[in-house]
Amino acid sequence: MSDLEQLYREVILDHYKNPHGHGLLDPSDAHAEGQNPLCGDEVSISVRFGSDGETIEAVGFEGRGCAISQAATSMLTDLVKGRTASDVAQLEKEELLEEIGIPLTPARLKCALLGFGVLKVALHRSKGTPLPDEWQGLAADFEFGG
Amino acid sequence: MAVIPATKLDAHALRRDFPIFEQTFHGRPLAFLDSAASSQKPRQVLDAMTHFYETSYANVHRGVYELAERATEALEGARIKVATFVNAPDAREVIFVRNATEAINLVAYAWGLNNLGPGDVVLVTELEHHANFVPWQFIAGKQGADFRVAPVDDDGYVVFDRLDEIVGDAGVKVVATGYVSNVMGGAQDIPRIAAWAHERGAIHVCDAAQAAPHKRLDVQALGSDFVAVSGHKMCGPSGIGFLWGKSDLLLAMDPFLTGGHMIRKVRSDASSWGELPHKFEAGTAPMAEAVGLGAAIDYLEVVGLDAIEQHEHELVAYALDLLGEIPGVTLFGPPADRRAGIVSFDVEGVHPHDVAQILDLDAIAIRAGHHCCQPLMTKLGLAATNRASFYLYTVPEEIERLAKGVLRVKETFGV
Repeated sequence: MSDLEQLYREVILDHYKNPHGHGLLDPSDAHAEGQNPLCGDEVSISVRFGSDGETIEAVGFEGRGCAISQAATSMLTDLVKGRTASDVAQLEKEELLEEIGIPLTPARLKCALLGFGVLKVALHRSKGTPLPDEWQGLAADFEFGG
Repeated sequence: MAVIPATKLDAHALRRDFPIFEQTFHGRPLAFLDSAASSQKPRQVLDAMTHFYETSYANVHRGVYELAERATEALEGARIKVATFVNAPDAREVIFVRNATEAINLVAYAWGLNNLGPGDVVLVTELEHHANFVPWQFIAGKQGADFRVAPVDDDGYVVFDRLDEIVGDAGVKVVATGYVSNVMGGAQDIPRIAAWAHERGAIHVCDAAQAAPHKRLDVQALGSDFVAVSGHKMCGPSGIGFLWGKSDLLLAMDPFLTGGHMIRKVRSDASSWGELPHKFEAGTAPMAEAVGLGAAIDYLEVVGLDAIEQHEHELVAYALDLLGEIPGVTLFGPPADRRAGIVSFDVEGVHPHDVAQILDLDAIAIRAGHHCCQPLMTKLGLAATNRASFYLYTVPEEIERLAKGVLRVKETFGV
């Protein structure tokens, strides 16, 4: 495979063009937005819990950004549906990166993990789940931007 | 010096002065189309810095031994080169700083903290680089002054008819505008803006970071009170830039950074400040960097600023032609003959980050992002743009590679 084919493999472009979980939920139980200040990627995520108030029944997102950030968020929605908030709060980024399955430079890693961070912020705000240090800045940005 | 003065420059020949182009990326020669972010460095600049370290290095303005004298001469020689380069009336009006950002912060703090107060208006434009936006927003906020943002038209030019309206009857104290836009590439009519500022009793601060590499800078003709320049965009090393300011204003200002070298007397109850320019140059100076900047100025003078400007107009015209032919490509900014070597564009359906990434696989380096101009991006309704920027070493073949690369981007994304 060429570098190009490896980076923009079919599955990434598929998710980018036909994102899963596209569109914000209304009403929703948890919501957050985030930006990658480096390139201006934006992702908003909303979550609805099932009757137990814990299980993620539906998750939707909207965003504007590069193929990697949008495809990764699309994959993330598949990954977390049916899991509990506390389970997702502990989700390791490696699990998502494995799903994405392409080599990412540090700059592109930020794109790939934007939705992941935004979801953690949304759950933290709604359920008080722990928020790792690396997403504190994203949470502060969300407060700043309203 | 390897270069030969000419009215028209030979970019293919000049490239050989730049060691960075000797290597390949992804097996291809580098098409470096990101000079507006920072330019590459000719061997003449690197050699001058090495030579300084090897033969003349000691701390300046301190020692009485010969080596220290030599270092001082090198630093002050660079200052005189800068002064001549921008047609400053007096070399003492040239303050060495790290970059244009620091130069603007110097004015915002050292002038702003003593001259701005509640009710005063600080005016910038929505085109400004964050370097000429955020310091003013910050200091205006601290002083209770009123920070206002003037609109620009679709090509990125100040709308003069709107200036009086934006300000109304309020007292304007500062008008801070960029000379050449790092996104649109167009050059503002600085003399007219400065004259408007002076009519209203304000000072004019000109961010010339993007202008100095591309066109002759004459601070007296511009009419601004302060002009900020970065060395690294004009073939100089990183870590050096300069502020030019009118001496009467500089003399009346408090210092920005305090410490060694900038003082006259230090007592335990108070200190007094040194003469210009030393009052604004606390701590050990970036000596080798200043020498490098001096060598960069020598280099640009031999190539010729007029020849550089002409070369960039031709490259921009070619780029606008080639990119303009590609369906789905939107170009931003004024016509080619009105701008420096900067072309911002959008590829419909593909985020700039993806465009830049795919171009990188062909060893084409462009910038993708908001270019430190978020207010302008908001106006354009975009999160980011692609930006290709050119300099004296850019050759037409690189623009052809860019256009082909954009076609490959479209093919990859099926748009």
